[in-house]
Amino acid sequence: MLVVFVVLALLPQYNHGYTVTLLTDILRYAILTLAWMIFSGPTNYMSLATAAFYGIGFYIAAIANGPVPFAVAIIIAGLVSFVVALLVGALTLRLRGVYFCIFTFALTLLIQNVVLEVERVVTHTRGRFVEAETTEVAYYAMFIVAIFTIAMAVLIRRSRYGLALQSIGEHEEAAAHSGINVVRTKVLVFAASAMPMAMAGAIIATQRTYIDPGIAFSLQSSFLPVLMALFGGMSNLVGPIIGAAVFTYIGELLLTEFPDLYMLIFGVVLILAILFMPNGIVGLAQTVWTKIRGSRRSAAEGGRRAPA
Amino acid sequence: MHLLEGEGVTRHFGGLAAVSDVDFYVDQGEILGLIGPNGAGKTTLFNLISAALKPKPGKITFNGRDITPLPAYQICRLGIARTFQTVKIFPHVPVVRNVMVGALFGTGRRTSSAEARKKAEEALEFVDMLTLKNTVAGDLTLAQQKRLEVARALASDPKLLLLDELMAGLTKPEVTEALGDIAELRSRGITIIMIEHVMQAIMAASDRIIVLDYGKKIAEGTPAEVAANPKVIEVYLGEECDA
Amino acid sequence: MAAVRDIIITGLLLGGIFALVSVGLSLQYGVGRVLNVAHGEFIMIGAFVTFWLFSSINLNPIVSIVITAPLIFVIGWLLHATLFRRLMHNAPNLDVFEGQSMLAAFGLLYVAQNIARIIWGSQTYQVNYMNTTVTGAQIPLNRLVALAVVIVVGVAFYLFLARTRMGKAIRSSAQDPTTAGLMGVDINSVLAICFGLGLAMAGIAGSLISFVYPIQTSMGLQYTVIAMIVVVLGGLGSITGAMIGGVILGIVSQLVTHFQPTWTMIAYYVVFVVLLLARPKGIMGK
Repeated sequence: MLVVFVVLALLPQYNHGYTVTLLTDILRYAILTLAWMIFSGPTNYMSLATAAFYGIGFYIAAIANGPVPFAVAIIIAGLVSFVVALLVGALTLRLRGVYFCIFTFALTLLIQNVVLEVERVVTHTRGRFVEAETTEVAYYAMFIVAIFTIAMAVLIRRSRYGLALQSIGEHEEAAAHSGINVVRTKVLVFAASAMPMAMAGAIIATQRTYIDPGIAFSLQSSFLPVLMALFGGMSNLVGPIIGAAVFTYIGELLLTEFPDLYMLIFGVVLILAILFMPNGIVGLAQTVWTKIRGSRRSAAEGGRRAPA
Repeated sequence: MHLLEGEGVTRHFGGLAAVSDVDFYVDQGEILGLIGPNGAGKTTLFNLISAALKPKPGKITFNGRDITPLPAYQICRLGIARTFQTVKIFPHVPVVRNVMVGALFGTGRRTSSAEARKKAEEALEFVDMLTLKNTVAGDLTLAQQKRLEVARALASDPKLLLLDELMAGLTKPEVTEALGDIAELRSRGITIIMIEHVMQAIMAASDRIIVLDYGKKIAEGTPAEVAANPKVIEVYLGEECDA
Repeated sequence: MAAVRDIIITGLLLGGIFALVSVGLSLQYGVGRVLNVAHGEFIMIGAFVTFWLFSSINLNPIVSIVITAPLIFVIGWLLHATLFRRLMHNAPNLDVFEGQSMLAAFGLLYVAQNIARIIWGSQTYQVNYMNTTVTGAQIPLNRLVALAVVIVVGVAFYLFLARTRMGKAIRSSAQDPTTAGLMGVDINSVLAICFGLGLAMAGIAGSLISFVYPIQTSMGLQYTVIAMIVVVLGGLGSITGAMIGGVILGIVSQLVTHFQPTWTMIAYYVVFVVLLLARPKGIMGK
């Protein structure tokens, strides 16, 4: 684990351009996926608001980066996103199951439309320019936010909040009657998990130069983390990171090889992945592993006694 | 002053009165039995006390404090713990962590994780399930899941325990054992309100019994008084005729 | 006064279209538990097939419903019989299935939208059909015709649900899938038919939209969102709720459009948020 950190930390010294950009991208999706999983994993509240918070990061970067240092802009993005998520959470977290899911889905589009309208009325433009940062700076910023996200995920998991969240996911009513302040727990963790999303958005925005609401609040950013988490498996924190890495890499390959068909192929891959690997690669690996072990064991035991 | 007291507690579902203008109280150290035919409003009354539902209208006080507006988690932290008629556990979580939820969040005090684990193990010991502490709760039998709920409730240091059909489906020896446990809880100073269909059990265990029918309180008194009450006899005989 | 009348008539039309789309989504979720985020893409397909038939063989767009509806029904039936049925059988519980089927539908959204984009590009089209105003009103004739079609389809669907054996099976499946199974109905075929019917509704709406509003290959998502809002407003799985919700949203939409067209989408969400918070189980919910 430590080796991976060191390698990732030193990488830009030896390798430039494409690899660094790709790694930044992988880290971005790892952050979004982990952050999504902090809340939605244990509680089973499927949030599709990731793109909303991620997009807020874009706009904070567009407004604040330049007037204030990059690091401050990133922190502001996290804080603004925290506050917005706090408000949204307080309003909506009494909705359950698919209602919550639909609401968060609509929320992303609502914020997109509001921003579009505000820009039209106030600035009379569709998009904005963002003060650019170098790929190396973006990479290191993303790396630090990734560590922040992992730390947050681990700390919440291990703390009393982790057990509280899991209890809420398994039986919300029983959790409340056992003394858990269900609303506060959900809202706080939801808001905390929105911070890294916006921070990642603020960093990526500096690599885009031009942004508009369609780019910033693209629904892909809501669905991809869910997909990557499912694909990587949700039982631990490493799975989603692997899921993010694999999917981002495949996405990059497709994008460079078949730029016109990229989205189409992406859709097909998504459907096939869910159809044939519903438990993710970790799940798949486990199934294969048990099969191998099972056949070995039965081969070894076959000579001694009949299978039970 | 009574430990828990309800005045004019009422709750309608649609046009139907599930609980209608019920006055009740329970004193410190008492065991109060709650009986009545199916659909009489017993579980609804538990839901009203534990704030799963709000009485409309009605007022409930605990230790002299009006707890009607409080949310469920605060009721639990004040010292009213409950079990459920249909078990509500955390099925994918190990038994000991199920119980730790009560100890960590339900006591109203800041509890360290180590302290919570110790408390959880004590509570599991009480319900004779310490050996199962690392089992995933969903793998337990139904009877064990009910006892797990009791342990989780106990871990939150309740002053008042609401037991909803704890003995349903238990064998005779198990009922006897459960009665012993209830007596033991009382000797620890825990007040109990229990809903039960096993008549011998509730008659033996309770100091006082309240009978509900169609959401109304139709009788109240010692087990002997209630058993002799003509209204109660009519309700129960009537039910038997239906069945 | 004329403005009020126009708002009401156009609002009813739009509401009728929303109702069709939403009833379709409600069938898919209420019965099949598939939150089909690709629902709007089939409106787009309906609209573009109609456009294509109109521009190539000059087929009357209303007549083309006879082609689009069955075509999209078959697509939906096949999708359910292959993709969603398999997901349902493999999923350990309903929650997992809901999550997975929604992601699969998201994949479908990409597939449908991008195939359409490859064929038709990203331009805006419109079928120029009966685009004359009726004497004394500002309403184009085609809107009145579309409204009539919506009403006919709505009534036909209502009769189908109320009178036929399959309709009864669908209604009982919506309430409780196990009972439907006990009634001797093949639940798999009910689910596939519901999914197909749901999409066919979207297809019909698409055919109508193609000659009333401009169409683009990216138009689907906005209708999906509207349908979701309507379905939540009406209560998930409630067909009547979806119809009422659709009409309400249509009229709200026209009111807002009359004063400030760019606020329409925002108005939808405001209605949605307010109603959802006031009545979390929908206007028909208990």
